[in-house]
Amino acid sequence: MSDKVEFSLAELMVVAASEVFRGDGEVLASGIGVIPRLGASLAKLTYAPELLMTDSECLLVEEPIPLGPRGDYVPKYSGSMHFERVFECVWGGKRHAMIGPTQIDRFGQTNLSVVGDYQKPKAAILGVRGLPGNSINHINSFFVPAHSKRVLVAGEVDMVSGVGYNPARWEKGMKQDYMDIRHIITNLCVLDFEGPDHAVRVRSLHPGVSFEEVQDNTGFELLKAPNLGETAHPTAAQLEIIRRLDPHDMRAAQIKGNPPGIRAA
Amino acid sequence: MNKLMTAAEVVAQFRDGMTIGFGGWGPRRKPMAIVREILRSPVKDLTVVAYGGPEVGMLCAAGKVKKLIFGFATLDAIPLEPWYRKVREAGQIELMELDEGMWQWGLRAAGQRMPFLPTRCGLATDVTKLNPALKTIQSPYDDGEVLLAMPALKLDVALVHVNVADQLGNTLITGGDHYFDHLVARAADACYVSAERVEERFALTAEEARFNTFERYLVKGVVHAPCGAHPTTCAPDYGWDMSHLKRYVASASEENGWQNYMDEFVHGGEAAYQDKNGGIERMGKLPLPVF
Repeated sequence: MSDKVEFSLAELMVVAASEVFRGDGEVLASGIGVIPRLGASLAKLTYAPELLMTDSECLLVEEPIPLGPRGDYVPKYSGSMHFERVFECVWGGKRHAMIGPTQIDRFGQTNLSVVGDYQKPKAAILGVRGLPGNSINHINSFFVPAHSKRVLVAGEVDMVSGVGYNPARWEKGMKQDYMDIRHIITNLCVLDFEGPDHAVRVRSLHPGVSFEEVQDNTGFELLKAPNLGETAHPTAAQLEIIRRLDPHDMRAAQIKGNPPGIRAA
Repeated sequence: MNKLMTAAEVVAQFRDGMTIGFGGWGPRRKPMAIVREILRSPVKDLTVVAYGGPEVGMLCAAGKVKKLIFGFATLDAIPLEPWYRKVREAGQIELMELDEGMWQWGLRAAGQRMPFLPTRCGLATDVTKLNPALKTIQSPYDDGEVLLAMPALKLDVALVHVNVADQLGNTLITGGDHYFDHLVARAADACYVSAERVEERFALTAEEARFNTFERYLVKGVVHAPCGAHPTTCAPDYGWDMSHLKRYVASASEENGWQNYMDEFVHGGEAAYQDKNGGIERMGKLPLPVF
């Protein structure tokens, strides 16, 4: 077998997204959006069959469903996960979600509500959605398709929708123990919160990306993980699974210009 | 007992300043036929309580919303709700922005006639900072944990769209997800349902009866509204109407866009609305979205 496999940046990010669920055990893996969903699906089909997953509506499946129109494929349901039950799962802490917030700050606080002033915002986005509850109850990872200071912001996010490791936001007696922010998968790198006092570290750099480029595009100071290296390339077997899960190549539209995984010199 | 009413008779009960809660979720199973009737009515200054979809945007566009109690507004396949966005960015409405979980928790408290229910959701975020009305409470037990006391979200009126109802007010939601309609119904002084099909009196099998999610004593009126969730989905009967939603989205960036939308689709009444959308034949066969 050739060790020379070609892959896109989106495919590299799917593999990086799949890694976030390692060690989670039997939890509901909720990948919201094409790359997070492919990442969760890939994790379940490779190293983590114990993960629970839905059809991206309200039914559980043990075999992740391909994205988009399915042709002959018939989903095989294993249970129900309607929205009322999702909250039971969230509040019970049995979930790891990966979503793409509008803004993320150095504390891991996230914003999905508005950009700019709250009363008269520059841009109204969706609203806080489930971020306050998700962030205080279960594991979360994030996805950033276009790494920039507009997303990874200086100071605090404009509207703190999801909680983070910001001591100023927590009052005495509030339980922070269930908050667990894992990785941020961006188009440049993988970040984590494993520095001193949950400082953000660059965990791995995508092929051809330098630490300086990541720092220049980030609104807050970054640390280097001691073993900082290159983000793992997809294997031929992983790519085969990704292509099967995404027969309409929806992943090609997720990162601007659909660049290759290894930058042209 | 016969609770059958027209949408116009339902909306005639409404008063300015009322708090109205909506069933469904985003662009899914929204009571749009009744929403269109509200758009035709003079009622105003509403407090709208919703997991927002186009009902929120349309009521905002029509200037009927004084306050919004919500966790989000979206058309899903089109992520940003255009009229919510426009009105929100203009700073024209009061807001109580809540975590999705807090929203249903507040309705649950109202249905149980409790002043509040405790939760961790919302703590340490701007949700609590921006809503000074939200208070915390300390656990009276040894743990002493500080929790958010989510206040009851009491509704004057609940509006819910279901697949099937009978004239007594019994209802069936046959789609895969019943959302939080039962909590919306319980939180209200008066719940009105619209239904794709209305029967005189249910005579169900045990299997079918499992699709009933709240009791008829909560239901004050039943409106027969075929394709009454259009342009939102009504699983398993029909999917959302993407071409209509796109037309609606475009109205937010056109000159006199809302007036034109009202003239084209709303002012003429529900029968004309169906004609404008290819008739009930087309609307009832719109495919369910595949994710």
